[in-house]
Amino acid sequence: MSAPLQAAAPGKVLAAQAGAGAGGMFLAMLRRDLLLVYRRRADAITVLVFFSIVVSLFPLGVGADPALLRPIGAGVVWVAALLASLLSLQRLFGADYADGTLEQILLSPQPLALTALAKVLAHWIATGIPLALMSPLLGMQFGLAADALWILTVSVLLGTPILSLVGAVGAALTLGLRGGNLLVALLILPLNIPVLILGAGAVDAAQSGLGAQAHLSLLAALLVATLMGSPFAVAAALRISLD
Amino acid sequence: MAKINWFKYAAPATFYPLAGRLAPWFQAMAVLLGAVGLYIGFFVAPTDFQQGEAYRIIFIHVPAAWMSMFLYLLMAAYAGLGLVFNTRLSSMMARAIAPTGAMFTFLALWTGSMWGRPMWGTYWVWDARLTSELILLFLYIGFIALQAAIDDPRRGDRAGGVLALVGAINVPIIYFSVKWWNTLHQGSSINLTRAPSMASIMLWGMLVMALSFWAYSIAVILSRVQCVIAEREQRAAWLQALGAEQG
Repeated sequence: MSAPLQAAAPGKVLAAQAGAGAGGMFLAMLRRDLLLVYRRRADAITVLVFFSIVVSLFPLGVGADPALLRPIGAGVVWVAALLASLLSLQRLFGADYADGTLEQILLSPQPLALTALAKVLAHWIATGIPLALMSPLLGMQFGLAADALWILTVSVLLGTPILSLVGAVGAALTLGLRGGNLLVALLILPLNIPVLILGAGAVDAAQSGLGAQAHLSLLAALLVATLMGSPFAVAAALRISLD
Repeated sequence: MAKINWFKYAAPATFYPLAGRLAPWFQAMAVLLGAVGLYIGFFVAPTDFQQGEAYRIIFIHVPAAWMSMFLYLLMAAYAGLGLVFNTRLSSMMARAIAPTGAMFTFLALWTGSMWGRPMWGTYWVWDARLTSELILLFLYIGFIALQAAIDDPRRGDRAGGVLALVGAINVPIIYFSVKWWNTLHQGSSINLTRAPSMASIMLWGMLVMALSFWAYSIAVILSRVQCVIAEREQRAAWLQALGAEQG
């Protein structure tokens, strides 16, 4: 790498590497964030271990009766997924904020909303997809039937990107604040209640023979709506926090 | 015709004395209307043949619930104005509204559970309205906590603005999802939406109480915004001149 390029903003370097333009920046940021997650695998695995520990606590707390566990299984897995996703939000902007990379990203000419979307997408790939892949395994511990496990996986797969998108707004707003982690929970959890209701509701509806189509469709609609609004809110919040 | 300057009172320096002049009037109005409303509620309104005397709590409960929802929208509107037009006073108003809104939300929940005990035999049911009111309280607390955690007031204003707007967009989604969740999970043993034909004197009592709560909110919010202005502008010349004038 030549010296002038090294001195330039990382955003520009990334964009230059991938061929300039907004799309190039998007792909470069996505690749960079995924690479960072891959290099620090322990962080991503911690979230998954947290997820399975929280789910495993419930039978210990409420009793191991299968008749009791089956109806609450989907809800427990969903609440744990919500918390695990929340726990990993710190990673989204924290390190980039601490070492100044985020400021350089803000200075880059590419639209900030798109760059933020790339970071959120990387966050979802690193946490949301593993959570979705693990959820049928944990659902099995609660005695969910095979078709309910499928619905659970699909609902977590549809719901976790919403958690990442909404969570990113909270993470951006609380950058560098005292007790930021706890504050994110306070800000984000009430906003994520619809995701929880629809996600866990899909499995419940399937179990009671109603069919999960309506819940999953609404979850997908919520995902599309969030996808359109959230990146701009994240961009605004980042600009406020780094003002 | 003289041109009215609509933006005159958008400046803290001109709004501060105006708020100081208006607040006592609204205070007096709140006390007066409150006394009338409570008199109607306790002495004039007849005993309900179904619910007995316990129903009288609605004279507090219903206006408080109205205010809790309306104040959130008002707060979000002010926060949005502050965010878009970068007007300082709008954000200060949003900051001043939040605690009053949270107080009314809590009051609505509290009186609701006290009414629920004799009526339903339980302090709390996971009814759609109760649940969404509880979530509204969480949203208020989140807004207040975010602003309290940020030391720089301008950053706090704008961060709160983003949060209030995101929250306001979410409120209808939350309400409908909770409503749907509620109908799916439990039979509607309790029907809150079917309003019984209410004696008109009861309705009057409720409306007078609602007006009293309005006046109370305005008085408190104006006083609080005065405090916020005084804190923010403590080094401004106009405030120090005002302080010297009043001794």
